[in-house]
Amino acid sequence: MTASRPNRPSSPSRAEKIDAAFRDLHPALTSGAAVTEASRCLYCYDAPCIRACPTGIDIPTFIHQIRSGNLEGSAKTILAENIMGGTCARACPTEVLCEEACVLNKGEDKPIQIGDLQRHAVDHLIEQTHAGAPHPFQRAAATGRSIAVVGAGPAGLAFAHRAAMLGHDITVYESRPKPGGLNEYGLAEYKMVDDFAQREVAFLLGIGGIKIRHGRALGEDIQLEALRQAYDVVFIGIGLGGAARLAIAGEELDGVEDALSFIETLRQTKPKSKTPVGRTVVVIGGGNTAIDAAIQAKKLGAESVTLVYRRGEDAMSATGFERNLARLNDVQIRLWSRPSAIEGNGRVESIVFEKTALNGGRLQGTGEVYRLPADHVLKAIGQKLRPMGLDGLAAENGKIQIGPDYRTSLDGVYAGGDCVSTGEDLTVQAVEDGKRAAEAVHQALAAQSVERV
Amino acid sequence: MADLSCTIAGIPSINPFWLASAPPTDKKYNVVRAFEKGWGGVVWKTLGEDPPVVNVTSRYGLHKDFKGATLGINNNELISDRPLAVNLREIEECRREWPDRVIIGSMMAVMEERAWKDLAIRIAAAGVHGIELNLGCPHGMCERGMGSAIGQVPEMVEKTTRWVREVVDIPVFTKLTPNITDILVPAEAALQGGAHAVSLINTVNSIISVNLDHMAPNPMIDNKGTHGGYCGSAVKPIALNMVAEIARNHQTRDLEISAIGGINTWRDAAEFIALGASGVQVCTSAMLYGFRIVEDMIDGLSNWMDEKGYRTLDDFRGKAIPNTVNWNELNMNFDLKARIDEKSCIECGRCHIACEDTSHQAIRIEAKDGGGRRFVVIDDDCVGCNLCQHVCPVDGCIDMEEVNNGLPVLTWPDHPKNPANKAAAE
Ligand SMILES: Cc1cc2nc3c(=O)[nH]c(=O)nc-3n(C[C@H](O)[C@H](O)[C@H](O)COP(=O)(O)OP(=O)(O)OC[C@H]3O[C@@H](n4cnc5c(N)ncnc54)[C@H](O)[C@@H]3O)c2cc1C
Ligand SMILES: Cc1cc2nc3c(=O)[nH]c(=O)nc-3n(C[C@H](O)[C@H](O)[C@H](O)COP(=O)(O)O)c2cc1C
Ligand code: SF4
Ligand code: SF4
Ligand code: SF4
Repeated sequence: MTASRPNRPSSPSRAEKIDAAFRDLHPALTSGAAVTEASRCLYCYDAPCIRACPTGIDIPTFIHQIRSGNLEGSAKTILAENIMGGTCARACPTEVLCEEACVLNKGEDKPIQIGDLQRHAVDHLIEQTHAGAPHPFQRAAATGRSIAVVGAGPAGLAFAHRAAMLGHDITVYESRPKPGGLNEYGLAEYKMVDDFAQREVAFLLGIGGIKIRHGRALGEDIQLEALRQAYDVVFIGIGLGGAARLAIAGEELDGVEDALSFIETLRQTKPKSKTPVGRTVVVIGGGNTAIDAAIQAKKLGAESVTLVYRRGEDAMSATGFERNLARLNDVQIRLWSRPSAIEGNGRVESIVFEKTALNGGRLQGTGEVYRLPADHVLKAIGQKLRPMGLDGLAAENGKIQIGPDYRTSLDGVYAGGDCVSTGEDLTVQAVEDGKRAAEAVHQALAAQSVERV
Repeated sequence: MADLSCTIAGIPSINPFWLASAPPTDKKYNVVRAFEKGWGGVVWKTLGEDPPVVNVTSRYGLHKDFKGATLGINNNELISDRPLAVNLREIEECRREWPDRVIIGSMMAVMEERAWKDLAIRIAAAGVHGIELNLGCPHGMCERGMGSAIGQVPEMVEKTTRWVREVVDIPVFTKLTPNITDILVPAEAALQGGAHAVSLINTVNSIISVNLDHMAPNPMIDNKGTHGGYCGSAVKPIALNMVAEIARNHQTRDLEISAIGGINTWRDAAEFIALGASGVQVCTSAMLYGFRIVEDMIDGLSNWMDEKGYRTLDDFRGKAIPNTVNWNELNMNFDLKARIDEKSCIECGRCHIACEDTSHQAIRIEAKDGGGRRFVVIDDDCVGCNLCQHVCPVDGCIDMEEVNNGLPVLTWPDHPKNPANKAAAE
């Protein structure tokens, strides 16, 4: 980690203040508030919110179960479709998914707080299982099949859980020391407080039949061909580990860093105040990663944080909710500017931006330039597939190509989540991919067994 | 400004709002606070012979909907647990200090003539405007042969009413229990006994809920529970019907009615008056929110009367009685069809599933161009039951439209499908 700042005396109260700034974005609902909110739900028939959920959670049913006081049943309704319903409840951009589809938007009412209700139910059940209650799902009779999963992120773990439930034995290969993928290393701290990513994975593994091997990277410690030999099926859910580069002068200066690596450090640092951050931070990008990095830099105590995006606000992939959150946290947003050089002497001191404009639908530099001072630059211009150990797999748009049923171009190799061509950079979509891929694999294995007979 | 003053069984009252005999009217302290807020009268908490009864804890159970709103209360409380002399002294003081307010003395006794007469005489001597006979308490007191144990036997209703009539010269209200099959029977008995008015309803016998951890009814008294009296919003429909039955029955229609049961707002009161009540009594609503609720009852009723051009309560009293008829008098040729306003529909699907699963499969879902769903009524299948209108969460989105079929009024007795008519024709 290269960004640093002069050592300020770090009084305990400052550390505490910073930790407090990273507390839950949306505090958990109390039981009373949950029942009251659940009671607003109309219990729609064939509800539009269900269709807007990538995992198809039966929302009216789980909300009705909260209302009736059947929290276990409610959580099970959620988890049956989305085993990471706990993370999704915290991280999903509900304002563009289920809550956007809620019919109450059409009336004169606010949509149901589906995410908060989902968290209420799932947290209850996860707490219960940690206190010794049995895992809510049972495994089918053993099929005798073994499956390798590469990557213990949402896609890989959702696949593993569903496949284990269907009776297969799963080994997950994960390059990092902790499971969870971006749940553990990427999502904003204030969405995942109290080590939720690890608590959720522990809960998920409660189904049994899943082994995780950490520190085993595909392309380094293990090879795809060997996995294909050793297992009946391989599922790849390695996400997008590579960061896109700006490819401008000065990118190698100290203090210039990928936003994701900054977040990763923050997520793993305790207390949060020990995370290195500059005084004058510039974030480049217009997606949720850029927003998350900017907000978290500000919460760490940066004096000024400016987010610079090359197009207009409506072109930002960050949702309105996230943009608003950034403004509420005193993040300055500058539009229609792209970086042309980073300047400094060993360490970054400033960035040069060129103003942009649309010309016949194409983005062009206007020639007008300006400079922003910066001692910490966070790049958030997109993640890329790191092509490690993926030889033989056809690609599409720089990601793994999949056909129907999540099959890759190699026989017996499936893939899902951010790393595939249809990936959406959403936790909930990665979970859906994992779940559906597991079902497809199960069907294929069953068909094979029939053929063999 | 509408004039809310009225006369109930000959007793003038500044408004029709009285507090029913219950905890709100238990002692002078409460009654004075109630009068300060504007209540026109009170029916004092039921008095019995000394020694006073002893109550248990806890006493109340609440029936709530999903949103936490109270639908009804049930209670296992007995009659006044204070010495008779104390109550009578306080009644006298209140009468003196609040000359324009009505105080009715409520009483009960065992089924002995002397007991009823002695108690009635003592209460009347305290200066009350009238006496109400509590023949309705459905818990505790009935196990001692009082309350509903008397109210459920028409002969006893008549006797107790007569006993009291014989010894006092003030109006007598017989308070009826709803825990019977036909309210007309005790109402007629009260009339026979000489009652000037009937008060109804007292509480409905009930178990409010069961505590599933302790496996006992709520409220629990040392891990056991008992049945109790149910009141509040939930009993209003029961009370409305019983009041209407008495008001439209030709034997009992001249009995004055002091209506009780689930009155929360001026609108509830207006409904009872429209069905013939002379005045109303309120208990639960005051117990939930305090005496201040009478302010909006007065204000709301008078605003509504101004809006409708009713100057006095008599202008609309009983106006709904002629329209309250037996099923056999309904027009079977009247036809309604549901009409869904696509613009205000929020596409929740509630109308469809209600009709599809439990009514007449008359609402079809169609896909709209550009996404969304359209809910379409199939006129041929719609029987006009209006279930869909009730479940629709959007006000005014489903309308029931009258079908102009040009058919004459036709009642069941004249209907060709009535087997009785077939038999006659053959
Ligand atoms: C900063 C940031 C914030 C985000 N915020 C949100 C949000 O708020 N809401 C939301 O819905 N989505 C958010 N996303 C997107 C979301 O995190 C991803 O869509 C989701 O995590 C994808 O899951 P995955 O399993 O496909 O990949 P990942 O979560 O990336 O998991 C991949 C796993 O594979 C492992 N791995 C990688 N390469 C190898 C290898 N060669 N060998 C073995 N293991 C390997 C990784 O260590 C990792 O554990 C955010 C993303 C980022 C970057
Ligand atoms: C706690 C409680 C005690 C009651 N005690 C008496 C009583 O002593 N005498 C009586 O005639 N009715 C008694 N009632 C019945 C009320 O007077 C009234 O008839 C009934 O509650 C219905 O009116 P509501 O729906 O406005 O509460 C009692 C009701 C409650 C809730
Ligand atoms: S659309 Fe809204 S109101 Fe309807 S079921 Fe879904 S959350 Fe409930
Ligand atoms: S009125 Fe009754 S039958 Fe007609 S559409 Fe509505 S629910 Fe169905
Ligand atoms: S119940 Fe009302 S709002 Fe809901 S779909 Fe039917 S008409 Fe539309």
